[in-house]
Amino acid sequence: MPFLLHIGNNKFNKALTVLIKTPKSYVIKENEVTPENVYLNRRGLLKGLGFLGAGALLSSTSTNANADWFSKDEPTKFKTTQLKYKSDQNTDNLILTPEAKVTSHNNFYEFGTSKTDPVKNAQSFNVDPWQLTISGECDKPYTLDLDDLTKAFALEERIYRMRCVEAWSMVIPWVGFELAKLLKKAQPNSRANYVAFETLHDPQQMPGQASRRIGGGIDYPYVEGLRIDEAMNPLTLMSVGLYGKTLPAQNGAPIRLVVPWKYGFKSIKSIVGIKFIEHQPASTWNILAPKEYGFYANVNPKVDHPRWSQASERRITSGGLFARNRIDTQPFNGYGEQVADMYKNINLQKNF
Amino acid sequence: MKKDTVLTQAIYKKSSLKHKVKLFKFFIHLSALLPLINAYYLAFTDQLGADPVEAIIHFTGIGAFNLLLLSLAITPISKRFRVSLLLKVRRLVGLYSFVYAFCHLANFLVFEVQFDWVLFLNEIIKRPYITVGMAGLLILLSLAVTSISLLKRRMGKRWQKLHNWVYLAVALVGIHFYWSVKSEIIEPSIYLIITLALLSLRVKKLTQFKK
Repeated sequence: MPFLLHIGNNKFNKALTVLIKTPKSYVIKENEVTPENVYLNRRGLLKGLGFLGAGALLSSTSTNANADWFSKDEPTKFKTTQLKYKSDQNTDNLILTPEAKVTSHNNFYEFGTSKTDPVKNAQSFNVDPWQLTISGECDKPYTLDLDDLTKAFALEERIYRMRCVEAWSMVIPWVGFELAKLLKKAQPNSRANYVAFETLHDPQQMPGQASRRIGGGIDYPYVEGLRIDEAMNPLTLMSVGLYGKTLPAQNGAPIRLVVPWKYGFKSIKSIVGIKFIEHQPASTWNILAPKEYGFYANVNPKVDHPRWSQASERRITSGGLFARNRIDTQPFNGYGEQVADMYKNINLQKNF
Repeated sequence: MKKDTVLTQAIYKKSSLKHKVKLFKFFIHLSALLPLINAYYLAFTDQLGADPVEAIIHFTGIGAFNLLLLSLAITPISKRFRVSLLLKVRRLVGLYSFVYAFCHLANFLVFEVQFDWVLFLNEIIKRPYITVGMAGLLILLSLAVTSISLLKRRMGKRWQKLHNWVYLAVALVGIHFYWSVKSEIIEPSIYLIITLALLSLRVKKLTQFKK
């Protein structure tokens, strides 16, 4: 029983403790004797123990629903606020992915490698104060504060398809502004051939950066890059919100990139630095596995990932297991008309 | 009179063991089936995360691996601690490992590629990590089919030979898991270590197997 008491969840423990014995005030609480990071990750530890046997099978799916019975101790919720913006008329009549799914199914390894980790681990993420610096090969480098991010440029809604390299996709109503506007303001010079992006590095706030186990063995901070013409393309968006509100932490608050014709990992989250540079910058997944993830990462049904096909994808909307949601993947994720010209001189099989 | 008591005691002992085995089996049925039914219920009703397809594939996959390792841990544990009760449920645990593995593959066909047979076969042939996993599953299938007592008796010595293939199967499953992840290799590495530990207890058998 003491073992159970130690590994269980707080409220559940308290209930048990009351049943078993009333703790005296001098008794040291478990969170006082357990190192803070171990205590905060106790459910992760439990999950890690899942391999112990069939009895622990359930713990690996403790995503929601009835498993919530054990995990109702979410202390704080990340605050989002309503934004003012010009809305997207959705002329293509795209079916949106429900907001609850957009905000609970995230690849944001800074907060854990499982899709459901970020929504759990990012709720106390503090974005105030925030500074985004625009620097490098430009005449007028500048810095944006948290407030500026939603006020410096007129906001508009963009409903985009988002295609993950893992062969699933969503349709998300982003709110933001064109990256080009932000870049032009800094007046890039003639050596600005590329734009490099960097995510916040703050291991105290981002458990994945503090622990290789939680962060999936990636070297942080996460970095990404675009060619200058890609960055200046009108489709390339700096997003500060989705579904009409500021970004939830797990989606990359307070500001992130959205490049809809490229695989999702190019759309770097929680950006603190944008830099004009002369030579092609490094990008995180390319460093990690260059044979699997290229610098360009344009959505391309003809170039398979070495371990799976990219010819089709599953569109995540609503519906359970029987949602017939497998669709063909489009070249450039269906945005070829606006972007294909930029690549007419390069071999897309080689430069994947 | 004395003889009589010994006999009844023996009978009593035997029936109580039978009773225990039954109870234990019932417990195994419950703890293997309930999570599976629960996961499918949540997935069908769109409550298993944003992408129930991915979730159910991962759940059944890791469940199959857990049960396979458990079935392989039974022999060394029961030998070490002399609990014959455990040996009586080894087949059942192994069969449930196959059930989970079968669901894992069925999920991939029915919910992931959604009966696109060309894509399904292509993925199995072209993707080494899936090929490896499929090979492991085929071994488990042959073991499951031949697990019925009648066949065991009929096959004689060949039965044990066939069932030694489980050691290859568990190695393949370990590689399949390790190969399938993007960068988070710690969990699959732990599984590989456990797999190797369980195999190392059978070094003698494995070297004989080679001959």
